[in-house]
Amino acid sequence: MEALEFARLQFGSTTIYHFFFVPISIGLAPLVAIFHTQYVRTGQERYRRLAKFWGKIFLILFAMGIVTGIVQEFQFGMNWSSYSWFVGDIFGAPLALEGLLAFFLESTFLGLWIFGWDRLSPKLHLATIWLVVLGTHLSAYFILAANSWMQHPVGFVIDPETGQARLDSFVEVLTNPYLVGQFTHTIFAAWTTGAFVVLGVSALYLLKGRDVEVFAPAARTAVAIAVITSIGVAFVGHDQAQRLAEVQPMKIAAAEALWETEAGAPLSLFAIGDVENRENIVDLGLPRGLSLLATNTLDAEVEGINDIQARYEEEFGPGNYIPPVGVTYWAFRIMVGAGMVMIVLALFGLLSSLRGRIADTDRRWNRWWLRVLPYAVALPFIANTAGWVLTEMGRQPWVVYGVLRTEDGISQSVSRWEVIFPLSGFTLVYGVLMVVTIGLIKRQIDKGAVEETGEDVDDEHRTFSPLGGGY
Amino acid sequence: MDWFNLETLWFALIAVLFIGYFVLEGFDFGVGVLTKVLASDNTDRRVMINTIGPVWDGNEVWLITAGGAMFAAFPLWYATVFSSFYLPLFFILIGLIVRGVAFEFRGKRTEDRWRWWWDQAIFWGSLLPAVLWGVAFANFVQGVPVEENGLFVGTVLDLLSPYALLGGVASLIMFTLHGAVYLALKTEDGGEIQQRAQKLAQWLSPVVLVGVIAFLGWTYLNALGLGDTGVVPGIIPVAAMGAALAVPILIRERLHGWAFVATTTMIALVVLTLFLNLYPRLLVSSIDPAFDITIANARASDLTLTIMSWSALVFLPIVLVYQSWSYWVFRHRISRESVEAPSETPLQVVDRRLAQRQAARKDARGDRDGGPAPVA
Ligand code: HDD
Ligand code: HEM
Ligand code: HEM
Repeated sequence: MEALEFARLQFGSTTIYHFFFVPISIGLAPLVAIFHTQYVRTGQERYRRLAKFWGKIFLILFAMGIVTGIVQEFQFGMNWSSYSWFVGDIFGAPLALEGLLAFFLESTFLGLWIFGWDRLSPKLHLATIWLVVLGTHLSAYFILAANSWMQHPVGFVIDPETGQARLDSFVEVLTNPYLVGQFTHTIFAAWTTGAFVVLGVSALYLLKGRDVEVFAPAARTAVAIAVITSIGVAFVGHDQAQRLAEVQPMKIAAAEALWETEAGAPLSLFAIGDVENRENIVDLGLPRGLSLLATNTLDAEVEGINDIQARYEEEFGPGNYIPPVGVTYWAFRIMVGAGMVMIVLALFGLLSSLRGRIADTDRRWNRWWLRVLPYAVALPFIANTAGWVLTEMGRQPWVVYGVLRTEDGISQSVSRWEVIFPLSGFTLVYGVLMVVTIGLIKRQIDKGAVEETGEDVDDEHRTFSPLGGGY
Repeated sequence: MDWFNLETLWFALIAVLFIGYFVLEGFDFGVGVLTKVLASDNTDRRVMINTIGPVWDGNEVWLITAGGAMFAAFPLWYATVFSSFYLPLFFILIGLIVRGVAFEFRGKRTEDRWRWWWDQAIFWGSLLPAVLWGVAFANFVQGVPVEENGLFVGTVLDLLSPYALLGGVASLIMFTLHGAVYLALKTEDGGEIQQRAQKLAQWLSPVVLVGVIAFLGWTYLNALGLGDTGVVPGIIPVAAMGAALAVPILIRERLHGWAFVATTTMIALVVLTLFLNLYPRLLVSSIDPAFDITIANARASDLTLTIMSWSALVFLPIVLVYQSWSYWVFRHRISRESVEAPSETPLQVVDRRLAQRQAARKDARGDRDGGPAPVA
């Protein structure tokens, strides 16, 4: 492999790793804030226990989000310096604004929340966690503005002298139509993730009949959120697919393994492709489904890979403009499949919640539902990863769609070994941290939402900060 | 004011961001290093970690924002620096990673082995970046082998010249002193940690003074050798040395707040000297001055710089206000007792306050019976 491949591997794997923690931070923060609000409003102890319990899990994962994010910030320059030089005028501003507007907010108020229980008035203290919620969403907005620009570059011109991209309209960059879809889809996905994490863990307790008075309300809140967001993520995703058909037809064609242009194109359900010969050997499809998905009409024409390739060769010169079809095809199916399962699980939860049976382990169906939920925690993570693989791999061979090729974005001065060594280093450290993190979360779950009294404080509770605990 | 233009403003703002970063994260690197030097047991270490607990992440964001600002305002600089300093940066990042999670994870279990591992992470994760930032900044000033368009043609060894290594030592001892003074300010008055921190600060400050003089002196000689001395008014490096000189006196007088002002001033002025020495360059090319990266050839477009300027002018003061407020909220000193055995757990404090408020509200309404009993 060349430096390019290693650099891609490194960027892709560290970003996926970062995005393991990101949706939990975005999705769990509002839940912690809701529990905390309920506590401040009702004074009921069980809500405090909830806020505390989820706060601890949130903090473990948030810390991982922070430290992996710092790597991302500098990787553009380390591995992709040609890219950074080319796009900096446009791409740097959202990144800087993310720091200025979002990360300062997040980090300062999180510190105040963790350590402020006995230093701030209850209302002011509650406000700090809501500001953290605001910060996580702002940060998502700015970084996705940067990513959306790579997917669908707007508001720029190419400098005739230097060949760099130059900002033409910042408003256009921040209101990129692509961003509307990407931001809402990602945020809904993150909330779904948060809700399913809470559901999965609550189910463990409900099954054991442990702390039911604490975890039943948590599960009810999470079900309500899961219903709205899992359906929301599907609608917005559908909407984004339509936008893709316009702005990145190649990605949607690859995601469907649609080689030839077709009117009334079917929605492929299962295909075995022959990428060499650019055709599918087996293809099971829902008649007219793709036309419906892409344009909302049954018999519209959907452009196939081969035609787009020919069109791009004319436009950009000879080359291969086809992204890895197999990967994008299956990534799309995995994401949508996981989404469908989550919708079903959420709707079932809604029914049983409305009937007041959410904690009922005597009813067979409900018991099965509770048994499935802890495993279902994996679903949003699978879908998130698949979604990004689709988005980023489907954009290949471009790093900035239609403007800059990935191979032209790499750092000129970085040799193969200079990438391999850090890549192994990050892999090792990230691997160890993942094991430790999972161990700590499991421990927290085993410990449960215990109330600390004067006597049973263990070491970690003895600081003046019950939530941050361990410092 | 014909020297004034957008790129100069951004050069200044990035200098401000880095000064903020080194002043703030400087003391928490120092505290991290000192956990191995000054603590006699686990409780001491926890006291020390707790002094920076609420603020270290906010401090780190100064770096993240500085990085974003480099990217936005001088893309060529960002691209060149981070690809040519690839390996040092990798070690800085690993340091920041293990240290960041260590603060969060260390107290989650009580086994000695567990704590030992995270103590190593805090120590090395603070020490490594503290040294490497000095190395990196020394290299900016001294020059690295870059060709046209910021193409780095050297190896890691080119980054480890004696001058750069001196820069690393200087930043490490400055941050350690800064951390010791911070501990004296933030731990219990008259407590053992404070006394040890004071003692350390007393003997470390002359060493730091020598380090600062050596480093800035060499910087000056380098600049003379290149035939220019930048735009450094001599008063700035001299004042940096003066601040270092004042530290032991202020510590002896037990003026901890002022001693902290002195170390802050020292770090700020040393970083300022480096930036002024660079101006109007951003990264010196050791091959040919024609390949220097300057604010003129690396700058972003007027539009980007204008948008960024307005954002910074509006939001940076807001950030300063709430970060200062957070330091104010956590202004208390931390004692061994406060991390050991509270008479009242924090949750009981919260409870008591809520109960008081509810009682007060009830009194106001004149409704004395019942009220919602907490549901168990
Ligand atoms: C959709 C959301 C999203 C996406 C796509 C990314 N991030 Fe992220 N990032 C967040 C959402 C987020 C967050 C929710 O704001 C985090 C996660 C946990 C946290 O502490 O904040 C965060 C943390 C975080 C931090 C640490 C902030 C701190 O110290 O408080 C940095 C420097 C970055 N990110 C940078 C990046 C970069 C350069 C990315 C591009 C590859 C990136 N993130 C992708
Ligand atoms: C957090 C979610 C994200 C994930 C999981 C993700 C995933 C990936 C993957 C898998 C690749 C490798 C693609 C390949 O080599 O075929 C990649 C490349 C890349 N992505 Fe992302 N990405 C994410 C967000 C972003 C964002 C927000 C940006 C920009 C702001 C970005 C910029 C890039 C760049 C510059 C590359 C390198 C060029 C390339 O290989 O295409 N990514 N990403
Ligand atoms: C159920 C129907 C769904 C549809 C039709 C759908 C559609 C899409 C499409 C077309 C993309 C690519 C967008 C692009 O390239 O910019 C995408 C990306 C993505 N999807 Fe989905 N999706 C669905 C469900 C989900 C679910 C359930 C999750 C996670 C919980 C999820 C998470 C993501 C993420 C994180 C991305 C990458 C970010 C982005 O580009 O928006 N998706 N989705």
